[in-house]
Amino acid sequence: MNAAAPIRSADNDLDLWLAQQTGKTLLRFLTCGSVDDGKSTLIGRLLYDSQLILDDQLASLRKESHNRTVGDEGIDFSLLVDGLTAEREQGITIDVAYRFFSTDKRKFIVADTPGHEQYTRNMATGASNADLAIVLIDARKGVLTQTRRHSFILSLIGVKHVVLAVNKIDLVGYDAATFNAIEAEYRDFAKTLGFETLAAIPVSALRGDNILAPSAAMPWYTGPQLVPYLETIEVASDRTAKPMRFPVQWVNRPNLDFRGFSGTVASGTVKVGDDVLIAASRKPAKVTRIVTMDGDLEHAIAGQAVTLVLDREVDISRGDVLSHPGETPEFSNQFQARMVWMSDEPALPGRSYLLKIGTQLIPAAITDLKFRTNVNTLEQSAAKTLELNEVGTLTIATDKAIAFDSYASNGLTGAFILIDRISNATLGAGVIDFGLRRAQNLSWQSFDVNRDVRAAIKGQQPAIVWFTGLSGSGKSTVANLMEKRLAAEGRHAYILDGDNVRHGLNKDLGFTDEARVENIRRVSEVAKLMADAGLIVIVSFISPFRNERRLAREIAGDIQFTEVFVDTPLEVCEARDPKGLYARARRGEIKNFTGIDSPFEAPENPEIVLHGAVETPEQMAEQLYAQIFGWGLGYTI
Amino acid sequence: MTEPTSLSHLKALESESIEIFREVAASFERPVMMYSIGKDSSVLLHLARKAFFPSRVPFPVLHIDTKWKFREMIEFRDRMAREHDLNLIVHTNPEGLAAGINPFVHGSAVHTDIMKTQALRQALNAGKYDAAIGGARRDEEKSRAKERIFSHRNAQHAWDPKNQRPELWRIFNTRLAPGESMRVFPISNWTELDVWTYIYAEGIPIPDLYFARPRPVVERSGTLIMVDDDRFQFEPGETPRDEMVRFRTLGCYPLSGGIRSTAADLPSIIMEMQASRTSEREGRLIDSDSVGSMEKKKQEGYF
Repeated sequence: MNAAAPIRSADNDLDLWLAQQTGKTLLRFLTCGSVDDGKSTLIGRLLYDSQLILDDQLASLRKESHNRTVGDEGIDFSLLVDGLTAEREQGITIDVAYRFFSTDKRKFIVADTPGHEQYTRNMATGASNADLAIVLIDARKGVLTQTRRHSFILSLIGVKHVVLAVNKIDLVGYDAATFNAIEAEYRDFAKTLGFETLAAIPVSALRGDNILAPSAAMPWYTGPQLVPYLETIEVASDRTAKPMRFPVQWVNRPNLDFRGFSGTVASGTVKVGDDVLIAASRKPAKVTRIVTMDGDLEHAIAGQAVTLVLDREVDISRGDVLSHPGETPEFSNQFQARMVWMSDEPALPGRSYLLKIGTQLIPAAITDLKFRTNVNTLEQSAAKTLELNEVGTLTIATDKAIAFDSYASNGLTGAFILIDRISNATLGAGVIDFGLRRAQNLSWQSFDVNRDVRAAIKGQQPAIVWFTGLSGSGKSTVANLMEKRLAAEGRHAYILDGDNVRHGLNKDLGFTDEARVENIRRVSEVAKLMADAGLIVIVSFISPFRNERRLAREIAGDIQFTEVFVDTPLEVCEARDPKGLYARARRGEIKNFTGIDSPFEAPENPEIVLHGAVETPEQMAEQLYAQIFGWGLGYTI
Repeated sequence: MTEPTSLSHLKALESESIEIFREVAASFERPVMMYSIGKDSSVLLHLARKAFFPSRVPFPVLHIDTKWKFREMIEFRDRMAREHDLNLIVHTNPEGLAAGINPFVHGSAVHTDIMKTQALRQALNAGKYDAAIGGARRDEEKSRAKERIFSHRNAQHAWDPKNQRPELWRIFNTRLAPGESMRVFPISNWTELDVWTYIYAEGIPIPDLYFARPRPVVERSGTLIMVDDDRFQFEPGETPRDEMVRFRTLGCYPLSGGIRSTAADLPSIIMEMQASRTSEREGRLIDSDSVGSMEKKKQEGYF
């Protein structure tokens, strides 16, 4: 058993070699371009030329390479990197694959990202951790839509160094004019993208031209070869020189005598004795220890994972950000950002999402979609939604103020993702441009007469009863019976009806998904105001989406909120068709009709379910009344 | 005094892994760490201890025992649990055990499915774990090169490679619906060489099976199988002979091929590995059943 790993007495060679290994710098890069530009082949070539393909892999590759385009080595290099069976069958790369190789000078982590349009989100993923990008172009095809789209995303995600690899140059007869024309066109397009370096290299990944050494077939090309260029390009963006940010990840409390804050230094340097400020509470403290298992440190730099101990008891939890006084991050509940949308579900302003930035997770909504950018022309146009793979500029409001920086000034504290609250899918990725101050200037006016006082005058407890169900399910009929009953008891209630509200407050809204979200948001706010005035508010809206019903519940805050699902099957509703709407929808005269060509998402956990097909409206009203009475709504006083 | 302004490659990998461990502890209610006793697990355990120091590792450590592991692995496992005050959970598929599943009789595919894949599912279900930390690396195998660091599993523990969540920067989406779980791979970005150099630099203990020693083996289709106990089923004409062998990966002894080697210490192993022309998983017999077999196993819930 290896208690002390046996180490030879004289392994100077090994020590030297290990020192060289650990002393190497690391370059993370990604390859992108259109389908069939040869990305996988290029990476396979890099692995092969750096002698990382092992004997058993070579044997298995030769076996798989039959019926494929191969170079002099008899191998289809793309087989090395196209990992998934589905990809091998379709012949395209569908996900990000990470590859590792090294030369004497550098270690490389390569993200191989897909060219097929529907997987553009994966390219943004690959770019988010890359220092450099190789943009591949098929010399026969030139600059394509995908080339522009990917370059724009590189720019958005902040990749500063680009290599334009004009591939398959052998297939155009190693023609200098072709290469020069492509380079000129790309440089012109890339002018506004903010790349710090841009090198164009004519290559053949399949044949190995200009990969390691100059190609005899292209004497006209005098620039650098690909691998030597990657080995030497300087990409270090000095995170250590930036203001210190320490997002608290985990509170380390093994016993009552120790309380530390574990996290990774996102930028800058923190030293023992430093004064620090907690972004949310603005409370100061002093760093007394920097703890690691290898012993305490005097200082920790960007990228180091450590545990800080402070000199006083301060309220700090996961999500808090520590900084030096005078160099604090922005702290606001609104900011402007640019986002890449990554989901089939479009982005809807007003819908409540979860936002994750650093170690902070918080409900948030897109408040204003300013415009979307056409990734082919870089032109901006007005937008109501953001679809898969689109890029938009928008404002986001979070439920509480959060600490952040602009992405341009600090990559790790200025980037975020949005998460769907039902499916938990990652919907989009964003970079923050700047915080919006007006959020801080707007505060709540408080008055002496509050909800409790108003309710007491009416002798009731305010509440919101929210009906959801298909058109014709019986919502309004039951709501009407409820209100009559309440009125007879001397209670103050009010029905907000979907049709009625659309005649006034919401007459500017149509029936698209984004209009439905806004419809519900407005009604939720109105219901809240009315409940705040002391009323029992009965809301009778189809409200087909779970996310918006959740939003309504959240807007209600501490007001009692009861979700009532009138569960009447579509066939029954359609047979009743009291307003003739189903018939018109079936004839195509009404678009986006819930149940016909727009979905109804049934509630998962409504407080009350009424079965509209088997019970009469009177029975349902009675049941509702009894259940809500049991809960003490309005009748406990 | 001039201070360094960037981390070495290994220190950067170490910090990244520690950050991932902490994210798991902070985001999940019932995490568990898979512990397979191999070199990658040894590195994983070392990183977990670093991540939470001075606290003890705040989640249990799970070993799926097929009852066919090398005897030395089990001794090593129990020693580590004692020394580091680990909450060690050992699970064996009781039905498989009762049915006498045996790699010699039933072959690697059946043995792996019942004693590893199904056993793992049983243990994860029984523990109601919402996050299982594993030591897989992206450089190991083609389908693993595409796996996320936080890899989502549905309620049946299956992986959907076409529907993975995009993973940007170091922002991890750790959200789950009831019944779903996450597999988390803190050393995704390490290579085999990184693992060895880190073991060397940090003096991390690993089982002696990694070092070349005279061991009783028989040779089967080019693979050296160690005779670790008296359950070994010899084929006609086979007799064990002592050879200097070591193991590049550790698992069930009848399924783990040893290689002839004289590398009896860490530096020699690293040197030998640098000179080697065979990839790591070749010694693992479970992969060679069919092309794409690892991907298939993952969709079925194998780690």
